[in-house]
Amino acid sequence: MTGGRRVVITGIGTATPGGIGTKAFWELLMAGRTATRTISLFDPTGFRSRVAAECDFDPRAEGLSPQEARRMDRAAQLAVISAREAWQDSGLDGESVPPERLAVSVGSAVGNTISLEQEYVVASDGGSRWQVDHAYAVPHLYDYLVPSTLAVEVAWACGAEGPVSLTSTGCTSGLDAVGHGYHLIQEHAADVAVVGATDAPISPITVACFDAIRATTPRNDDPEHAARPFDASRNGFVLGEGAAVMVLEDRELAIRRGAHIYCEVVGFAARGNAFHMTGLKPDGREMAEAIRAAMDEARFAPEDIDYVNAHGSGTKQNDRHETAAFKRSLGPRAHEVPVSSIKSMVGHSLGAIGSIEVAACALAIEHQAVPPTANLRNPDPECDLDYVPLAAREQVVEGVLTVGSGFGGFQTAMVLAHPGR
Amino acid sequence: MTTRYVVTGIGATAPNGLGNEEFWSATLAGRSGIGRITRFDPEPYPVTLAGQVRGFAADEHLPAKITVQTDLMTHLALVASEMALADAGIDPARQPEYEMAVMTANSSGGNEFGQREIQALWSNGPRHVGAYQSIAWFYAASTGQISIRHGMRGPCGVIATEQAGGLDALSQARRALRQGAGMVLTGGTDASLSPYGLVTQLPTGMLSRSADPARAYLPFDAEACGYVPGEGGAILVMEEERAARARGAARIYGEIAGYAATFDPAPGSGRPPGLLRAVKGALADAGIAPGDVDVVFADAKGVPEADLQEAGVLAEIFGPGGVPVTAPKTMTGRLYAGGAALDVAAALLAVHHSVIPPTTNVTRPAPGCDIDLVLDVPRAAGVRTALVVARGHGGFNSAVVVRAAGG
Repeated sequence: MTGGRRVVITGIGTATPGGIGTKAFWELLMAGRTATRTISLFDPTGFRSRVAAECDFDPRAEGLSPQEARRMDRAAQLAVISAREAWQDSGLDGESVPPERLAVSVGSAVGNTISLEQEYVVASDGGSRWQVDHAYAVPHLYDYLVPSTLAVEVAWACGAEGPVSLTSTGCTSGLDAVGHGYHLIQEHAADVAVVGATDAPISPITVACFDAIRATTPRNDDPEHAARPFDASRNGFVLGEGAAVMVLEDRELAIRRGAHIYCEVVGFAARGNAFHMTGLKPDGREMAEAIRAAMDEARFAPEDIDYVNAHGSGTKQNDRHETAAFKRSLGPRAHEVPVSSIKSMVGHSLGAIGSIEVAACALAIEHQAVPPTANLRNPDPECDLDYVPLAAREQVVEGVLTVGSGFGGFQTAMVLAHPGR
Repeated sequence: MTTRYVVTGIGATAPNGLGNEEFWSATLAGRSGIGRITRFDPEPYPVTLAGQVRGFAADEHLPAKITVQTDLMTHLALVASEMALADAGIDPARQPEYEMAVMTANSSGGNEFGQREIQALWSNGPRHVGAYQSIAWFYAASTGQISIRHGMRGPCGVIATEQAGGLDALSQARRALRQGAGMVLTGGTDASLSPYGLVTQLPTGMLSRSADPARAYLPFDAEACGYVPGEGGAILVMEEERAARARGAARIYGEIAGYAATFDPAPGSGRPPGLLRAVKGALADAGIAPGDVDVVFADAKGVPEADLQEAGVLAEIFGPGGVPVTAPKTMTGRLYAGGAALDVAAALLAVHHSVIPPTTNVTRPAPGCDIDLVLDVPRAAGVRTALVVARGHGGFNSAVVVRAAGG
């Protein structure tokens, strides 16, 4: 069916709140430090939720040329910076993998929203006209309309000429995009796939969207402690931004060229809850089904999972839904295995976070340590698992489960394994 | 026995026809759906023509509870899905929930809905953005709503590769079937016709500025002057052939027999574009030779340089004038993520009825376009195998081989 090809991660690049690059990312996670703060990218006065996890970076200092910096939306900039780091980290070049055998799979929930909104504001003269003025249409405006531009930019950055695509399944985009790349290699459509996701949603329209449905936290007076997944006092997620890109590779090729292998992708499954665009049932049934299917593919028993990277958005319904899903799919093991949410530190960057979490899982396997859930001081009594409160732990990490849940009912699970397993 | 993935239901929402029968009869008759934009006043803009799904009233097909929380792109997707399921004779309530998958393509989200809410934000303030903006504007809206409406809990996906998306979604549908799904709703619809949706497209310089519906979109013609934007698309029901036959499917339109996708090299690299490889890859995936192809549904951008490139690729593979080529999208405009899906619907209907639908309005082939373009009237021919080609903005190339069932 899939040719039995095995797929490994050989390169990682990240651009996340708290620092650009995987070194800064991992240090933040291990320190249990939060990168949430009062929104600075625009004036949030008048918004219900005014906190976010923002990235600090200068596109030019990160290596983007003046033209790249101009034409790329912030989401594309984050993606390309991450892609270049991942590509370099993998040690690949155009000779070890021909462009035709190199695929790109990028995820994003909201695409080039910041640019689309900024240009709308100009063309509509501050929202005053429905018939926007085309004389103010900037040269790359169509590139902002279509989110596929994010995949185009990554493909250009890596010289890919194989299958290239953008996956947009809301907040599971980042996991689904990695899953797509994994399948492309299994199916022999490519030998290497540059996969990942990016989102830069910290703009008025996206913040207002989540205000309208009270999905984000109104804890504006304590931004550093605003993201509190699984805590009794949590009251919504903290919006984030960022990107993570990984190099996926046919395991044989990676071994042949002596590449460093972070981990192997051993299972992936996506399901829909067919319930509600934003609501989740407390029983976690469909997420449990995705987990079961991913574990089956990996031929993993619950005991083989040493760490669970939770979706852990910090909304009451998510935290309970997910806790139920873990119990349903992992049985008694759910009460033993450490489960944590890095969204407590880097926020919820919508479609990007799934890939950022895969990066965190790969680094957890690499460093044999698991990141904590920050700000978890008083667990919700209905969330009774080991959520690794406050402090990272050094431990054996051979098998990892990571999950995502998104608007539209998307439920995705992925299983990663230590390369020596 | 070889495993084959077939289409057993088609739901077309096209500017020249709502529903398969209307779409197919209009397409064979050369009836166009391109006209002056009525969704807003196009007077201020250099582009005034579009392919609108005229006479489409979402309220006639969908409950108000759903229409109020969704954009036109999703209205079209939901209606197309229902038509496809009815056509296939599938009642989702009787199917295993985890064995129904949804894989759609989308290119630009819920434009009209999005513009309305962003205007509310910027003219009245953040508290005026409605609760549904978060689920209507994003690219995943249609897949999510389809899954919910029909209780489909299998793999759900959304791919965005602009106009190539309608073909790429089929490949994901095929994968879902391989992995155990019993049926997939796949394809795509788009609706970009709001003032801002149109204005965002103008800087590409590729939209036709003609005000004459008969001369605006002329792919491969010496007077090609860009393309006309359109809305709509198609949703298909895909199943594994044996399963379709076992349940007594009323009809099998055809098989999705081959697929490949490539990407153009970065500008300035000096390397050749990827379309040729995509076509060759799809033929190889289907296990056929160029001589087995009876018709090509071209991407037909209507932009001289792009037309020449595509004609050159077809001439290289099939020989100059070596295969009939058609572009029924001259009657609908380019529908982005919906466009290639609608082309696949037309290709399936072509192999099912063994007739090639025509390209309209083209009168004088451009010098260098050595292709056998099927003009004005349908060509009755033994049509068993069709190739569908699509290119997405930025460098995406995809190709699909459609083959008559029972081969």
